[in-house]
Amino acid sequence: MMTMVLFIVIGLVMLLAALLAVHSKKLLSAVIAVGVMSLFVSILFLLLGAPDVAMTEAAIGAGLSTVIFLFALSRTAGKDAEDD
Amino acid sequence: MIKRIIVLGALAFFLFLFLSRVAGIDTPGMLHGVGAGYLDRSVAELNSPNVVTAVVVTYRGIDTLGEVSVLFLAAAAISMLLGSTVRKSGDGDVKERRAASEILMTGADVLAPVIVFFGVYIFLNGHLTPGGGFQGGAVVASAVLLLFLAYPHYRLRHGVLTVLESISGTGYVVIAVLGLVLASGFLDSRLLPLGVTGRMLSAGTIPLIYTVIGLKVGTELAGIIENLGGER
Repeated sequence: MMTMVLFIVIGLVMLLAALLAVHSKKLLSAVIAVGVMSLFVSILFLLLGAPDVAMTEAAIGAGLSTVIFLFALSRTAGKDAEDD
Repeated sequence: MIKRIIVLGALAFFLFLFLSRVAGIDTPGMLHGVGAGYLDRSVAELNSPNVVTAVVVTYRGIDTLGEVSVLFLAAAAISMLLGSTVRKSGDGDVKERRAASEILMTGADVLAPVIVFFGVYIFLNGHLTPGGGFQGGAVVASAVLLLFLAYPHYRLRHGVLTVLESISGTGYVVIAVLGLVLASGFLDSRLLPLGVTGRMLSAGTIPLIYTVIGLKVGTELAGIIENLGGER
């Protein structure tokens, strides 16, 4: 029961972060939202008993890919949702 | 309007497909087919308590080799696209980066070696505990990232990185081919003695393979981070 509630809460947070990533006007907050979603996915993997996948998701998905997106953003600065 | 209806219809169709698949899944704990085979055989055959590692490195080792080559291609492409532009800064109009704060610099000094050691721990113990080459390599690369955040002018020693990456990449393939020659197949890890279950030096060549994968992934990701985030 407790884990079920936890699953639903994590799922709702993920859904919220994903919607924010799609609909956000600022690219920076979209990138952060994707990172938050990855972090919660990794918690979900851990709860479901897949620590290997959870580690990969936390390190690559939430950590490195967010940072790489941020670097790419800083290289293309000033193009915040102008033409889309 | 009609577009939205089509999109919603497609979504409903995929949801229906997904739900009809999910409804047929058995309760966890009831493995059959190839999954049950891996669980039954991995400790007896390969002596690796972490079954995921046995599957990733040995039974499905060729997939891992493919993943490593994909990552290598990505790193090579990024350095080809961005590596040359990194060098030719030096014009006056390049924005000088603000120096990092004292807290970040001290924290990086203290934490970076610990993080590197933790990454090495993860890939050395890949056959015993959760984790492995990819995870350990990513952790090592995150230490490099921390150093870059703290010291924007920090430069990696490319000679060392290139040599390390080449040696580990070649080593992986050499171990794989040696499995073909000395054991029963490509990437067979029963090349070395299997040892005692739970020891660090056990499970044949799995620790060796995970070490080279960890070094390769770590150096490649560090190179990507430097190319993307290094000085312009």
